[in-house]
Amino acid sequence: MSVTVLLFASYADALGTRSLTMELPPGATAGTVLAALRQRPGAEALPPAPLLAVNERYADPGQGLQAGDVVAVLPPVAGG
Amino acid sequence: MTGDAGLVGPAPVDLAALLAGVAHDGAGAVATFLGLVRDRNAGTAVAGIDYEAYGPMAERELRAILAEAAGRWPDVRAAARHRTGYLAVGEASVAVAASSPHRAAAFDACRYVVEQLKARVPIWKREHYADGRRAWVDGRGAG
Repeated sequence: MSVTVLLFASYADALGTRSLTMELPPGATAGTVLAALRQRPGAEALPPAPLLAVNERYADPGQGLQAGDVVAVLPPVAGG
Repeated sequence: MTGDAGLVGPAPVDLAALLAGVAHDGAGAVATFLGLVRDRNAGTAVAGIDYEAYGPMAERELRAILAEAAGRWPDVRAAARHRTGYLAVGEASVAVAASSPHRAAAFDACRYVVEQLKARVPIWKREHYADGRRAWVDGRGAG
């Protein structure tokens, strides 16, 4: 199944992209996305447990994914 | 709430519109918070800040915070806006307004929205320094 992965701010800079599509096996979770991201150049910028969101809601790494889901990896927020 | 306009986006923060959105005949108190771009951070001269948001999620999260405030303080009407893009020193990045029959709940609700916004709404800032360098600011929020 295919999911969209979004990166923001310092993470987007470090990995050199803001958006990518990933093919994942059935049963994949948000954590599966993170593990795959860690194989990419620049991924050392990601902390051990970055904030995750699935379809615009904060999510745990164990959250299961469905085809078409949007998974976002978020730096610590700094608005205001 | 401020009608259908987006709560997070590049348009300048309009405090008057925010006030108009929370004012009503029963509101004897309105508390407001305005966040401005400051000229220094940790001793370094700042020229401006570039704000980036995960737009749809930021919008959803900020609306959720306003709904929480309405639940905690039933007599309060609260509204908020956060600007994105490049802002120079002195420009407003965020505004919150909360009205209530009396001041205590207005202050409390306004502060609640500000603190929750800073902790939860997915927005990031990159400081542009007077010497030309740029750097993402470490968030103090979750994560």
